[in-house]
Amino acid sequence: MVDVKQNSQRSKFPPVDAVTGKSRYNLLSGKYLKIWQGPQHPGITGNMSLELTVCGDEVIECKTHVGYLHRGFEKLMERRKYIQCFPLVCRICVPEPDFNEYLFAAGAEELAGIEVPEKALWYRTLTLEMARLASFLMWIGGQAGAFGMATIGQWTVTMRDYVLDLFEELSGGRIYHMYIIPGGVRSDLPAGYARRVEDTLVMIEKVLKDIDLAMMHNAVFKKRAVGLGVITPGMVDEYGITGPNARGSGIRRDIRKDLPYLVYDQLDFDIITEEGGDAYARTRVRMRETAQSIDLIRQMLRKMPAEGPFFRKLPNVLHWKVPTGQTYVQAECTRGEYGFFMVSDGTELPRRIYVRGPSYTHAVTLMERLAVHVNIADTAGLMVSLHTYPPEIER
Amino acid sequence: MNSISAAASAGTGSGSGTGTETGTGTGLSGERFPVRERFPVWKDKFSLVSSMIQRQDLAFVQVPMQTTVAFITHLRDLEGYAHLVFFTAIDYIEDGIFRLTYMLHNYRRHHDLGVQVDIPREDAGMESIHHLWPHGATYQRELKEMYGIDFPGSPGVDESFVLEGWHDIPPMRREFDTKEYSEKTYYPRPGRVTYDPTEYMKEKLYPSEAETW
Repeated sequence: MVDVKQNSQRSKFPPVDAVTGKSRYNLLSGKYLKIWQGPQHPGITGNMSLELTVCGDEVIECKTHVGYLHRGFEKLMERRKYIQCFPLVCRICVPEPDFNEYLFAAGAEELAGIEVPEKALWYRTLTLEMARLASFLMWIGGQAGAFGMATIGQWTVTMRDYVLDLFEELSGGRIYHMYIIPGGVRSDLPAGYARRVEDTLVMIEKVLKDIDLAMMHNAVFKKRAVGLGVITPGMVDEYGITGPNARGSGIRRDIRKDLPYLVYDQLDFDIITEEGGDAYARTRVRMRETAQSIDLIRQMLRKMPAEGPFFRKLPNVLHWKVPTGQTYVQAECTRGEYGFFMVSDGTELPRRIYVRGPSYTHAVTLMERLAVHVNIADTAGLMVSLHTYPPEIER
Repeated sequence: MNSISAAASAGTGSGSGTGTETGTGTGLSGERFPVRERFPVWKDKFSLVSSMIQRQDLAFVQVPMQTTVAFITHLRDLEGYAHLVFFTAIDYIEDGIFRLTYMLHNYRRHHDLGVQVDIPREDAGMESIHHLWPHGATYQRELKEMYGIDFPGSPGVDESFVLEGWHDIPPMRREFDTKEYSEKTYYPRPGRVTYDPTEYMKEKLYPSEAETW
């Protein structure tokens, strides 16, 4: 049996048998205890669970379990026409559905050789940044709540609700918007929309300042987040880490800059990085990116064209045959690289659609490694600091 | 090269392949990273079967099963493709193959490369890549569960990942019929009506367009 002290040096893998994958800790020895954190637990990010083996307060083994939210999107899409897949894809990610809409549309458009009007590109970028803002606001609340500061969660969820109001006005839907469709977007901006967006941004900015004081300068938060779940720069490629989790370790990578899509090459912004690689550094990256997102939305409202079409008419979507081919399209969502790998065999149905979500690596392999030697009280904070959503793991 | 790839390179047919020759896909507007120059080298060293440039930042290459892991190791260690973006499979049941796709990213060049390999569907198995990337083991565990593709030596490959207590055939295989499964598993509830989606949309949602068909 493995002794905790002997296992103090972290390895690539948890101390499991190389062949069977089973734990090598003997629960019958009385030294260890197994605790399930989730799927019903306030400190778990969505419908997933962590199977923790603890020795005292220290986690010595963690296994991620998913499958509580498996709806078989990828399989379902193989027997649906492209336009029938469209209402499915947004449901892969609840807090941030727009990235799925955009990537599905972008992949189908690339395979079918459809060019999107310029105005639609601006509208798509606007909704993606609004989704980023809403998602980050929800995340800030989750991170604060995981460290016992639930009040901050109430502030941010309120602010998120104001962003959802804007989505409702734009698309009719608060959670699933189905606004970005193949060929463009579904509708023009309502009259006076820019002013209402600006009013909401002003409110959010005010709250962000409060959060900065109440959370980022809070001694308890600092004490618990600094040094928690350290991701070293060397781990980034090894574990396929992307997004703020990588940027919190000083890695300057952002698909919006590295492989510019939509109108990001016409916007003025920098890649935000922090040093340290711990939960605190990741929080700082996300707080700064929330403010950056507000700035990007303002830039777009100033620069976007007032005239022009926002949609290109597609062939009859009920008989739309997408030419044979394959592609991979990606975008930078709040959690990192989000991508759609789409394969068409020239028929009305997609041959294969694979959804690449950043949580796939962050919540499973990376979490299983980072949780080892963490105090059990900090597991929730660590989990939230990786910002994961289970539906994109089990698609 | 099988019939799928040949059909794809000709731009027709029902399958999707990477083409027998280097070509350009939609969206290519000037090549930023001259990946094309690497193809002869890779062909010489790793017996590249085919290649296709889809965009300036995306290409697909196909290699034989025997050289796949050596090729991926070479790409990771010597060519800068250090990021495993994803690893998945496509089921070509009509050709009796699975097409495995390893998507790799080169951060220095900002270039994606899809390495593809065809493996037989019968007793499907492939060499593991968990020693190259730890999260490769998670992808392989999922592929074992969803497609029945084995990766001997991959940690926990036989453990269930998403499905628990699943005894049917791996559900992502093309022969697994989701409709039949749901009809068999979930008994019909009274008051439920099923419409044919195409007919329903034609009649209810697009009556004016339907007149022009």
